[in-house]
Amino acid sequence: MSTRLAKQGRLIDRSKQIEFSFNGKKLKGFAGDTLASALLANDQMLVGRSFKYHRPRGLVASGSEEPNALVGLGSGDRFEPNQRATTTELFSGLAAQSQNHWPSLEYDVGELNSKFFSRFLTAGFYYKMFIHPRPFWKHVYEPFIRQSAGLGKAPDKELKDADTYEHFYYFCDVLVIGGGVAGLQAAKSAAASGAKVLVLEEKSHWGGRTPVDGGTIEGLDADAWIAKTVAELEAMDNVTLRTRTMGAGVYDHGYILGYERLTDHAPGQGGPRHRLWRIRATQTVTATGAIERPLSFAGNDVPGVMLAASMRDYVVNWGVTPGQKVVVATNNDDAYRTAITLHEAGVEVVRVLDTRESGGGDLADKVRALGIRVECGRAIAKVKDGKRVTKVAICAQNGEGGAREEIEADAVAMSGGWSPVVHLWSHCGGKLTWDDAQAHFRPDPERAPTGHDGKPFVVTAGCASGPLTLSAVMADAAAAGAKAAEAAGRPAQSVAEVATSDLTEAPMEAVWMMPAKADIKLRMKTWLDYQNDVKVSDVQLAAREGYESVEHTKRYTTLGMATDQGKLSNINGLAILADSLGAEIPKVGTTTFRPPYHPISMGAIGGEARGDIFQPLRKTPMYDWHDSHGAHWEPVGHWRRPYAYVRSGETVHDAVNREVKNTRDNLGLLDASTLGKLIVKGPDAGKFLDMLYTNMMSTLKPGKCRYGLMCSENGFLVDDGVVARINEDTWLCHTTTGGADRIHAHMEEWLQTEWWDWKVYVTNATEQLAQVAVVGPNARKVLEKLNAQAGGGMDLSKEALAFMEWKDGEIGGFKARAYRISFSGELSYEIAVAASEGQAFWNALMEAGKEFGVMPYGTECLHILRAEKGFIMIGDETDGTVIPQDLGLHWALSKKKEDYLGKRAQTRSHMADPDRWQLVGLETVDGSVLPDGAYAVGNGTNANGQKNTIGRVTSTYYSANLDRGIAMGLVKHGPKRMGEVIDFPGLDGKIYQAKIVDPIFYDKEGEKQNV
Amino acid sequence: MSKAVSAMNGASFAGLAKVTETGLGGMITLRGDFASAKFQTAVKAATGTQVPATRKIAFGDRGAAAWMSPDELLLLVDYDSADAVVAKLSEDLATEHHMAVNVSDARACFAVSGDAAREVIAKVAPVDLEAGQFEAGDFRRTRFAQVAGAFWLDETGSFHIVCFRSVAVYMYDLLCTAAHPQSKVGIYA
Amino acid sequence: MLILECPYCGVRAEETELHGGGEAHLKRFGPGSTDDEFHDYLFMKENPRGVHLERWRHVNGCGKWFHAARCTQTLEVFGTYSAQTTEPPQEIKDKISAKRPGWTWREFKG
Repeated sequence: MSTRLAKQGRLIDRSKQIEFSFNGKKLKGFAGDTLASALLANDQMLVGRSFKYHRPRGLVASGSEEPNALVGLGSGDRFEPNQRATTTELFSGLAAQSQNHWPSLEYDVGELNSKFFSRFLTAGFYYKMFIHPRPFWKHVYEPFIRQSAGLGKAPDKELKDADTYEHFYYFCDVLVIGGGVAGLQAAKSAAASGAKVLVLEEKSHWGGRTPVDGGTIEGLDADAWIAKTVAELEAMDNVTLRTRTMGAGVYDHGYILGYERLTDHAPGQGGPRHRLWRIRATQTVTATGAIERPLSFAGNDVPGVMLAASMRDYVVNWGVTPGQKVVVATNNDDAYRTAITLHEAGVEVVRVLDTRESGGGDLADKVRALGIRVECGRAIAKVKDGKRVTKVAICAQNGEGGAREEIEADAVAMSGGWSPVVHLWSHCGGKLTWDDAQAHFRPDPERAPTGHDGKPFVVTAGCASGPLTLSAVMADAAAAGAKAAEAAGRPAQSVAEVATSDLTEAPMEAVWMMPAKADIKLRMKTWLDYQNDVKVSDVQLAAREGYESVEHTKRYTTLGMATDQGKLSNINGLAILADSLGAEIPKVGTTTFRPPYHPISMGAIGGEARGDIFQPLRKTPMYDWHDSHGAHWEPVGHWRRPYAYVRSGETVHDAVNREVKNTRDNLGLLDASTLGKLIVKGPDAGKFLDMLYTNMMSTLKPGKCRYGLMCSENGFLVDDGVVARINEDTWLCHTTTGGADRIHAHMEEWLQTEWWDWKVYVTNATEQLAQVAVVGPNARKVLEKLNAQAGGGMDLSKEALAFMEWKDGEIGGFKARAYRISFSGELSYEIAVAASEGQAFWNALMEAGKEFGVMPYGTECLHILRAEKGFIMIGDETDGTVIPQDLGLHWALSKKKEDYLGKRAQTRSHMADPDRWQLVGLETVDGSVLPDGAYAVGNGTNANGQKNTIGRVTSTYYSANLDRGIAMGLVKHGPKRMGEVIDFPGLDGKIYQAKIVDPIFYDKEGEKQNV
Repeated sequence: MSKAVSAMNGASFAGLAKVTETGLGGMITLRGDFASAKFQTAVKAATGTQVPATRKIAFGDRGAAAWMSPDELLLLVDYDSADAVVAKLSEDLATEHHMAVNVSDARACFAVSGDAAREVIAKVAPVDLEAGQFEAGDFRRTRFAQVAGAFWLDETGSFHIVCFRSVAVYMYDLLCTAAHPQSKVGIYA
Repeated sequence: MLILECPYCGVRAEETELHGGGEAHLKRFGPGSTDDEFHDYLFMKENPRGVHLERWRHVNGCGKWFHAARCTQTLEVFGTYSAQTTEPPQEIKDKISAKRPGWTWREFKG
């Protein structure tokens, strides 16, 4: 059984007991425990079930590489699946649930199923199982996979994450990722140069695993050296230290993401849960250490089988032992440290099995001296299946697994050697080299990731570089820090040698299979990827089936595709693949390492962007008034515009109809502030606008307005609006609501990159002005009343301000500019006042307008009024493929101009094709409303057997003024087919018949606006 | 005129730093040739200061001038005098290609002050806020999370932010969120 | 995420302040051009693996367009320069040549 030891536990505080629960069971741990160490202290070795076979799984590791101990944490709006028990700091009230089992962790139905089905679940089973028969995919396989796919449970979709998150931008000369002794030493030597240094450590404490492994630095034991060095660094102004912050990813040009966990260990503390550091570092030092590899023997996934160094961590750091009788299996000297540690903690080490015929070095001698039985050239043949290690069968390493001796044990410590954590080095293109002596890939310093200047920007330090002994690690780290500082432009300091103590270690031996020639029965029980349930036999099968590329094998077998991304399984898996292919390991290579190093929360990625500030909402000065007067909002880009003002007892549709009638009969007010207002000024402004608009703007007289069209260089319509000439060298261009920023950018682009010698300045004055459309038969009356109340103001009579004219002056005491323009066909003024006075002006109009039947109207009413008049709307009648000629706007295309943007394109053969669909009005035969976007069908079918289409609806509304549906659409040869009835099949199965008519439905002579 | 109201009507929030909407200010977009003597004289007449250096803001007795781009300044003057200053600029620069537009009402202005002000800005803008990297008199156009904005630091350690009026509420909520009392980073404060 | 130095305001801007604008030094063809010329102008854009000349705009900044000479393979930036030019200045060509001897891009070469 696993228990808490009476002594040891350098990270726990035995005076502070903490209560927590696992699967509802109340348990106790100490401050400083991880959830993993606390579970072990409570003899909870079984922590979950595997993904495919639902096999019982226990803790394998002590750090973030842990593949098995994934739990659901928290509840309700704070529930999160797949959290690693090994990196979860214990806190009072922590509630964890194990995953992937039913009905319970102890008794699982899926396990029985998988025993029966396991022969179907081999490599590539998704592809083999689910392809035939075809109809089964939709009805059987897909729902089945969907139900069983994924680790853990997704949080309740109805609940929103209760926590908040944030970002933080930070810039430094040298970023050190990893706060073990190598990281601290690298930081120290970088900081000595005066460089601005940031050090990130994933865990809550500094120093990494050296205090567990032993050795002295500068004559101090590891803990003392770490404390001294951290204190020294903290005292330096140019150094910043952060714990609980993982270096998550290394990206182009020295962009690094740091993932800081602020409240995971202290829920209820308040403030953001995670902070995503968006760091720009001139140089980055990755002191990310190394990860121990498992050994591949049958039953290596039985709970109680653990990485040797992790077992040591549990004893030294948290004072817990995973077992009472432990077998140690190794191919290197490091695992002997575990034997010593266990022995000193009073745990029986029943056997050390060293695969090397020649055995180990100094450490092995020490172990023998303690009276522990060490056997060389020996291996584990098999660990007996079950929920816990009970028996271990032993055999010769260099055999097939026969001639076994069976011994009793409740835990196995395994060590297959160490692999540097090369992820961060590799994220941005750092290459690896194969180290035969250590049987691992390590960074190749000659092929580092390069930055904006083409020079390397990542340096590795310590075990992450490859060396594994303390003396080599410290020397490498000191040099790495100095190198990074120098590369960051800080004068290098001479690096003092760091005195360390080391033991002599014998060379390790590469062991990819245990025993070396294990038979198929053993290989089918030998796990490579614990989280995705991939076995040695699966990789071998993939190789036999022709999967030679390691990337293909990964996807075919799912090796390394789980949330741990193969941290334990990668090297072992590709060694098996290489062996099966008869290739060298470095020839097979590794899969691609992609960020993040470990999963990070979606919340952290989103940062502050949630709730009210999920995205910016643009509000006009009258937004609050609209909101308190029943506005049903319509998003237009980031703007929110009132769609209609809904009164109590009305539907939105009722409100629209009321507004439509009232604006034609009495008086309507529209908040038109969102329309773009670009001021274009300069000696060449006229010439410039002649290039931008299809019609002639340079000939417009000051005081006059002209409707204009803008096309892209491809000839397509991109915007429209009324242009007013302000004075000799100044024009004001109105754009659509969505077009203001886009057209401003369009103008700047042409001015800066093509016609940079033209003297033209543009300013976007959209938000300077609140603009109100005063529309309807009573429009002039209300404005004249305001002037009368103010004792004077601009003359708004027909004579003084004719249609398509504008003028400056005062209206009702407001400084205003009035445009006599109309998008509704009614008598209409658009009045612009300072944005800060917009609300006051609106209030004045509403008050004065009472006697004239004033009502505000929204965008839907605006749309209907313009459609009744056959006016096009950018975004409805246009979609990026429509040219002015399609819309019958030939009158707006200047024939006098040699050139304008789009002119050349409009002469291309397809643009001049008489078969292009053209704008017409559409009236349903029965008066109903055509479905939006519906297609008209003609005779015959296309190559896919679908009916040929001959047109489509671009705008369609119910017109309350005409009491019938009206629509506009683009129809092939449309203008020549007036009166013809065509069919529009609706999605509702009904066929809508509509007559092709003139698009002007209301007041064809335009008498209403000319009063 | 009392009819004029700023976008947030002077709202303020005290957290890690104090966030305040500073109300209506006079602002003028002035485009032209910085090298021209007439232009320099006109700027001096309008604000009392010289044309600022690249990415700087310069203060005079009548206002300030901020560097927006190689051919654009933002002049800060009294709200009520903005139209008159625009008229004067247009007169002074009548013979030169230029543009002067009153944009006072197109903007919202905020101040972020207090020890953690640098941290609050650094949470939302991709700018190095380290003392020494961003100093009093520095002026920077950038983005604040998802909207464009410009900011400068004054001699008292307060940051001043200018953005478009339509996104004033977003900017205010964003800054208040970044100034949450329990979200101190502990780097600059 | 790229960093490009805006030659107008001197800001070393990260990509979120910038807007990419495609190939640099396009020669505009308008009315009077042949169909082939116009087609190539609109659609036949350079997309090399290696040295590339591009347009960028410092959109969340000073608002100016500028040019960047960059390696699309390694993301190395050789330099940024004014948008008001029809070809890369000699200084930029020299910088590219120093790193990528023998480079060519449309009609330009080292």
